[in-house]
Amino acid sequence: MTLNALLFQALNGLSSASGLFFIAAGLSLIFGVTRIVNIAHGSLYMLGTYIAYSLATKIGGAFGFWGGIVLTAIIVGVIGALIEIVLLRRIYRAPELFQLLATFALVLVINDATLWLWGPEDLLGPRAPGLAGAVEIFGRRLPSYDLFLIFVAPAVLIVLHFALAKTRFGRLIRAATQDREMVGALGVNQAVLFTSVFALGALLAGLGGALQVAREPANLATDLIAIGDAFVVVVVGGMGSITGAYLAAIIIAEVKALCIAIGVVDLGFMSVNFSKFTLVAEFIVMAIVLVTRPYGLLGKPQGMVRSVAEPEDPIRPATPMLKGLGAAVFILLLALPLLAQTSPYLMILAIDVLIAVIFATSLHFIMGPGGMHSFGHAAYFGLGAYGAALLVQLAGFPMLAALLAAPIIALLGALLFGWFAVRLSGVYLAMLTLAFAQIVWALVFQWESFTGGSNGVIGVWPSPPFDKSWVYYLLALALAVISVLLLRRFLFAPFGYAMRAGRDSALRAEAIGIDVKRIHWLGFAIAGCVCGIAGGLFAFAKGSISPEAISVGRSIDGLVMVLLGGIQTLVGPIVGASVYATLQDTVMRQTEYWRALLGLIILVLVLAFPQGIAGALSSLARKLGRKPGGAA
Amino acid sequence: MSVLSVQSLGKAFGGVRAVDNVSFEIGKGEFLALIGPNGAGKSTTFNMINGQLAPDAGDILIGGKSTARMKPRDIWRLGVGRTFQVAATFGSMTVVENVQMALISHAGRILNLWRPAGSLYRGRALELLAQVGMADAADRPSRELAYGDVKRIELAIALANDPQLLLMDEPTAGMAPRERNDLIKLVKDLVVERGISVLFTEHSMDVVFSYADRIIVLARGRLIADGDAAAIRDNAKVQEVYFGTGKTFQEASP
Amino acid sequence: MRAQAYLYSLAFVLAAGLSVPAAAQDTIKIGELNSYKSQPAFLDPYKKGMELALDEINSKGGVKGKKLELISRDDGGNPGEAVRVAEELVTREGVSMIAGTFLSHIGLAVTNFAGQKKVFFLAAEPLTDKITWQNGNKYTFRLRASTYMQTAMLMPAAIAAHAKRWALVYPNFEYGQAAAEAFKTLLKKAQPDVEFVTEQAPPLGKVDAGAVAQAIDDAKPDAIFNVLFGGDLAKFVREGNTRGVFKNRTVVSLLSGEPEYLDPLGAEAPVGWIVTGYPWDKIKTPEHVAFLTAYQKKFNDYPRLGSIVGYTTIKSIAAGLAKAKDLSADSLVDAFKGLYVQSPFGPFQYRASDHQATMGAFVGKIALEKGKGTMEDFKYVDGASVLPSDAEVAKLRPAGAN
Ligand SMILES: Nc1ncnc2c1ncn2[C@@H]1O[C@H](COP(=O)(O)OP(=O)(O)O)[C@@H](O)[C@H]1O
Ligand SMILES: [Mg+2]
Repeated sequence: MTLNALLFQALNGLSSASGLFFIAAGLSLIFGVTRIVNIAHGSLYMLGTYIAYSLATKIGGAFGFWGGIVLTAIIVGVIGALIEIVLLRRIYRAPELFQLLATFALVLVINDATLWLWGPEDLLGPRAPGLAGAVEIFGRRLPSYDLFLIFVAPAVLIVLHFALAKTRFGRLIRAATQDREMVGALGVNQAVLFTSVFALGALLAGLGGALQVAREPANLATDLIAIGDAFVVVVVGGMGSITGAYLAAIIIAEVKALCIAIGVVDLGFMSVNFSKFTLVAEFIVMAIVLVTRPYGLLGKPQGMVRSVAEPEDPIRPATPMLKGLGAAVFILLLALPLLAQTSPYLMILAIDVLIAVIFATSLHFIMGPGGMHSFGHAAYFGLGAYGAALLVQLAGFPMLAALLAAPIIALLGALLFGWFAVRLSGVYLAMLTLAFAQIVWALVFQWESFTGGSNGVIGVWPSPPFDKSWVYYLLALALAVISVLLLRRFLFAPFGYAMRAGRDSALRAEAIGIDVKRIHWLGFAIAGCVCGIAGGLFAFAKGSISPEAISVGRSIDGLVMVLLGGIQTLVGPIVGASVYATLQDTVMRQTEYWRALLGLIILVLVLAFPQGIAGALSSLARKLGRKPGGAA
Repeated sequence: MSVLSVQSLGKAFGGVRAVDNVSFEIGKGEFLALIGPNGAGKSTTFNMINGQLAPDAGDILIGGKSTARMKPRDIWRLGVGRTFQVAATFGSMTVVENVQMALISHAGRILNLWRPAGSLYRGRALELLAQVGMADAADRPSRELAYGDVKRIELAIALANDPQLLLMDEPTAGMAPRERNDLIKLVKDLVVERGISVLFTEHSMDVVFSYADRIIVLARGRLIADGDAAAIRDNAKVQEVYFGTGKTFQEASP
Repeated sequence: MRAQAYLYSLAFVLAAGLSVPAAAQDTIKIGELNSYKSQPAFLDPYKKGMELALDEINSKGGVKGKKLELISRDDGGNPGEAVRVAEELVTREGVSMIAGTFLSHIGLAVTNFAGQKKVFFLAAEPLTDKITWQNGNKYTFRLRASTYMQTAMLMPAAIAAHAKRWALVYPNFEYGQAAAEAFKTLLKKAQPDVEFVTEQAPPLGKVDAGAVAQAIDDAKPDAIFNVLFGGDLAKFVREGNTRGVFKNRTVVSLLSGEPEYLDPLGAEAPVGWIVTGYPWDKIKTPEHVAFLTAYQKKFNDYPRLGSIVGYTTIKSIAAGLAKAKDLSADSLVDAFKGLYVQSPFGPFQYRASDHQATMGAFVGKIALEKGKGTMEDFKYVDGASVLPSDAEVAKLRPAGAN
């Protein structure tokens, strides 16, 4: 490869970076000020491309294209403002991260709305009027539009930079990014600030999406792809830093361009196709940056974000009534196979629900009491599932031995990743866990000879007697009950208290001799270990395991379950997992627009139960209990 | 041998020399007040002594052992309890559980995964709460308490590891005058009984002058005076720092 | 109060699980699952094709006096979910057979499920060779021409290009990898001195088109073999056109002639590419014209290849059911072995040896007409003509798969 070729690929990288920059800058602004992890940001970006496509083709000509791009940015900005006013504003006082649930629901709704409005086909927009051709650089042809993109990102960066530095609005944004409580003290109308920041962020996303209209077709899968990339860029650049976002966008785009430029390399004993690493390049960059610079390239350590929600109630051991009810539920669940004789699918669904319960409970263990918001819990699910499946397939393990090994393999992974993760906190911890999960995902995806690549491991079915679904169900039930009770026991033991102590006040915990990092590390490992049980059960329940089953989607499902149930109660993840798994099953039976339906249901739940379902039930119970004469 | 010996301690933040060449000692059972205007470097000194901050210069000896590079939790294990300027307790726990945590940690049983923590050392924790007058609130969530009560809980927590040395950064901040007096009196009684040495900061001069065995004064990071109440009261430098020239404590105190 | 929450959730689970739809006895239930949400461009027309076939069959009284009832589900675009949905169809809906799937790895997972649970499965669209060969089993048949077949159909044109230096670009998952592998093997056999100068394997749906096109150009190939499809293809074509990557180079491309992938390119359709596809407006055989007319009449839209696959899936099932002596999976397997089916592409057969249908595909060149891509110089290649012999595939299939 010549130097010219390499330099030219660097230019390609720069033009790809511009799209990344726009979406990441908006996301970063929104997070910085409102502390909302806006999963729907990718959807706004996608909408940008669709709207710009419609304007460019309906109006046509140079005005339709260029004017359309500007108009699109404004329209998406307005949509962003509406989202903030109509939805998010109602749930700012909910426990931390709960807004994530709402924006996740929006992703589902917006995707189906887009499908409904624009149809399923990819829509390739026109070439940019005036910039349809290419220019010769280094003896190669660079599309003039790419050249335009290379310049437009820094231009917007400079405008934003001055706006933030010189205007009152900008100063407010910066103040709020550094210390959210200060905003109230400054006598600023927080609602107006949040709405305008949301609108600005959305506008940038819309602009980014609109600018892509000449490069790539509007496509319904863009939302999730874009949000994944944007998170990485924001975290690498440093939360709240626009310049950091630009820098990170460039680094990531360049690393990818480099991988593509290198192509296949023959190492003598094997040949490596570097173009395949584009899959994981960004996550490796992110992991390296977070391990070495915990706050991203240009980020500043964030002041402790005190949750605006009320802290949770002290945990209390089970009352005799609760124990009795628990036993009753358990007996009912034991009897479920009898009911299932008339509807055998009940067993399949129940197994799925139990797996989800183990998954969500283990995630809640670190998210709730540990205060560590893992966005990558799927990694341990995957390690358990793949570990079990590969042990069966390659080492001839019997099923039960493989199921036993699953949590151990997950434990090893969690010990390794957790060691790095607990050094961070808040959203940085979340992103590092996500990076690790993506690395695991990419590893199993890439390592075809060992893991089966995209096909995964196929043909790991339970051995008799567990091949009957009711027997397997009882096994799953036993493991779920053990897992839940064990984790509960841990939470009531000194270890669990110490984990909560570290979350409530690391300062105080350290001052009474608690090694908070170590405790959180062990907590992380325990959660990963238990999660591995869910993974093992899953592999045998489905007879296979593939990369999709351990992708970001599963981590997000876990978050949704925990938040839906209520992060502040111990029973929350169980309720959340049961409701969500059942809901998904029920809703997905509608092939048309099931996503929107699921999204709308989640939105209703979010607005009705801002503390989660179990949280709402327990505060209801408390209110009733406090009424004189009410049932105590 | 002194319980705590601070030797030529220094710490700068950027250009600001928050603590500059400060040396002092605390003897056994001594009730030592560290005073000085806002920004004098009191909290910074505290934070270095308990390991929150690493000093740039100088050394700290606790029981003859250098702790300048030690972590807070290890210093705590040497028998140093502390309260914070902004009170810090575990909001999701009950009052008694807060104290139990410290007791469990003191017993080295933090990593226990099995025994229910609620039943561990509850009796001892209730005793400590009784000593600070908070026994009635034992089973209330600590986040519901009034600020002054939280300070008392912190005190109970700080006493849990039978400390040799107690560090209290503004234990009475945000309290009414009556309350202040009560709290410091309480501390004084407790430590006299147990022979604990105390280093504390306090803004109310009345309180300081009536309870402290000895007083040291910081201004702009430097130690400007060291002596008993009478000596400090009459120290010209101290008066200048607090009131500018020409005034004395008698005139200024309400 | 926690216990209350327990009970609520339990009640929820029970209610959802127990609501069994009343079973109707006068219909034959067919379970169908597909990635409707993640692959709408192909599967929307596919669904319409199925509807058309169902209408035709049921309006003539169904099969053996029973109407066909199709129960469709989204498989969530992932194998684990697909297996759950398949189980749901079988255990809850009580379907007699399952059909469908689009992505190769999902097809494989369901294939394995079918073998394990002894359920008849007709894989409609997934292309990987493994479904009928390495991972084949007794209960699984496949309609669509496999990766190997489609690649083999393009071989004559690839060999005729007399190109020594080839560049490959394919999406990095089962289908793309398998196609690239098959292409390399077949071409090396025919032309031992061939050199593969670069291989670009971007992630599915995430191609960095400018960089990939440039890397291919920099490798200075004489010819390019492309396996990208969908949005990836559109991006790649636009970048490649602007950068002059395709100039004076033979490009051989899988599936790119299918309207699903060709139409979004509009006037930028890459003229001269040699592709497999479906020139719907130019196939004048009576079978096809009849299908086309009926389709356009019902939906007021033109068919895509997905429509053909959906339509023929149902027609295959109807033919199989008519031939089977009862609805058991084993009888269906017996019926499908050697089953002849009439399709818009003409008659074809499900081979008894490897359960692969011999339905072929159209091979031709992309051309531009009235600002839209289409195919010219095309011909129908019968699947049977490119498939290995029965003896050869017997070696590829696991023992006991027949
Ligand atoms: N973390 C810090 N970073 C920068 N400057 C600090 C920091 N902590 C304290 N300072 C500065 O050091 C000086 C002493 O502060 P502090 O020890 O809190 O004073 P005091 O407790 O006596 O009021 C002040 O000028 C303060 O602004
Ligand atoms: Mg202070």
